[in-house]
Amino acid sequence: MIERQKFGNLIPHVVLCIGVLIVAFPVYLAFVATTQDTATIANGQMSLLPGDHFLETFYRTLFIGSSGTTREPVFVMLFNSFVMAMLIAVGKIAISIISAYAVVYFRFRFRMTIFWLIFITLMLPVEVRIYPTYKIAADLHLLDSYAGLTLPLIASATATLLFRQFFMTVPDELLEASRIDGAGPFRFFKDTLLPLSRTNMAALFVILFILGWNQYLWPLLITTRDDMQTIQIGIRKMIVTSDALTEWPVVMATAVLAMLPPVFIVVVMQKLFVRGLVETEK
Amino acid sequence: MQKQSVFHSRLLPYLLVAPQLAVVLIFFYWPAVQAVIQSFLLQDAFGLSTAFVWLDNYRDVLNQPDYFDAVVRTFVFSFLIALSSLSLALLLAVMADKPLRGSAVYRTLLIWPYAISPPVVGVLWVFMLNPSLGIIAHGLRAIGVDWNPLLDGNQAAALIILAAAWKQISYNFLFFLAGLQAIPSSVIEAAAIDGARPARRFWTIIVPLLSPTIFFLVVVNIVYAFFDTFGIIDTMTRGGPANATETLVYKVYEDGLLGGNLGGSAAQSVILMGIVIVLTAIQFRFVERKVNY
Repeated sequence: MIERQKFGNLIPHVVLCIGVLIVAFPVYLAFVATTQDTATIANGQMSLLPGDHFLETFYRTLFIGSSGTTREPVFVMLFNSFVMAMLIAVGKIAISIISAYAVVYFRFRFRMTIFWLIFITLMLPVEVRIYPTYKIAADLHLLDSYAGLTLPLIASATATLLFRQFFMTVPDELLEASRIDGAGPFRFFKDTLLPLSRTNMAALFVILFILGWNQYLWPLLITTRDDMQTIQIGIRKMIVTSDALTEWPVVMATAVLAMLPPVFIVVVMQKLFVRGLVETEK
Repeated sequence: MQKQSVFHSRLLPYLLVAPQLAVVLIFFYWPAVQAVIQSFLLQDAFGLSTAFVWLDNYRDVLNQPDYFDAVVRTFVFSFLIALSSLSLALLLAVMADKPLRGSAVYRTLLIWPYAISPPVVGVLWVFMLNPSLGIIAHGLRAIGVDWNPLLDGNQAAALIILAAAWKQISYNFLFFLAGLQAIPSSVIEAAAIDGARPARRFWTIIVPLLSPTIFFLVVVNIVYAFFDTFGIIDTMTRGGPANATETLVYKVYEDGLLGGNLGGSAAQSVILMGIVIVLTAIQFRFVERKVNY
């Protein structure tokens, strides 16, 4: 603090509190909606204080489902989302770390060509190539399968770049030392590089899990069966165009369930999350 | 940059890159190449014959008034989303950068919405602003605003922009705060000794030193507004009313759903790819060099 302010730190506190309110209010409202009954909300007479339908709504949401266009209970969607997010995160890390290992620790023909081929994919987000990719997934019979949900999203230039950058900072002496001890490429990777990359992998995992969990456009196209839906898709289908038919408490409970795992990760693993975010965006 | 000591193996490195290369070739290059080829072809209505038509598809797409409107709309949306989200986030970050009691708590409370997905953001905001049952909609009506985003295109657009900017606050806040904390306090103290008041210090010292972060965030926010708002639009307005919230990505999606003109939608995809490539190139070129004084 450089000069003494008249009201101490009052202004920053007030501004930050308003900021927190802006950020939290929509979510609070969603939570309150889950505790009230459908008719009250549909009449527009929702109270701002929690009601007593909390358990009922969540039970209905998780195990019965909305009576709208998706009749699938939400726990099925949660399961699908979880499998998809895990496969994307683990798959990306696995294939990127080994390809970065090859690019950094080996000399081979087309090394740089391959590196650039991977690097350029940074510039092709799934949104700009949805229909051609969809057609290929359909030709390969990947519709309505976990492979179809995850494979097209798994190649990640960011993760490869990140591991490459990290491997470049690992001192050469480590490789020479383990060579003298008689370690081959597998040994060195398993006993030296993997343990060193642990924090990087964890930070990356946090980010990739959140991104995978929140995928929307691709699952929307690739899943047609109700029991393959992810929670992000399920929630949209619950909103019926005519207001009277939308069961808002169930929709809001689904929204709360959809944000719970990623929000939990951000809050509990904040350090790893911030690190992963800053590193993947560099 | 190359490692001095490496392993020697003929086959192993190829095996190691094979999985990633396979995914990249099958799911990135193959569809991208197909889109480019398709965009030069014209198919008859039954898919029986195909003719090479050079740039006709592009000309058709660019001559559509709808498409031109979507281009303008997407840029306006991006600008407004970036501007509102960045300025609010900067204000919050400047406040949180002060030595406050409980600043770690504020930080946590401000960054968690990053984890909320665009479709869920859309649902949350629809619920607040739904003309018949939304709480804020009631408030607006009470103060005399004729609020009906289901019919009024401008209101629908405002809804999308608000929701999209809201979601991006936490991301921008996080990066601004990191940028502010990296500014050495000695510089600011020196200016204070020279008699510069807080406002002046902010514009002449903090903003210039923060310019790499600002620039980086502007690009990221534009990319976000282009692509990640899809989920928000799809749950809130589905492009309507009367295309008032249809962005370029949403248009590709919708035109594709209708089917029919393959060449035209491929041309749209290729144009989008072009935009992404330009944006990414700008980001790499300038973020590497740092916009600085």
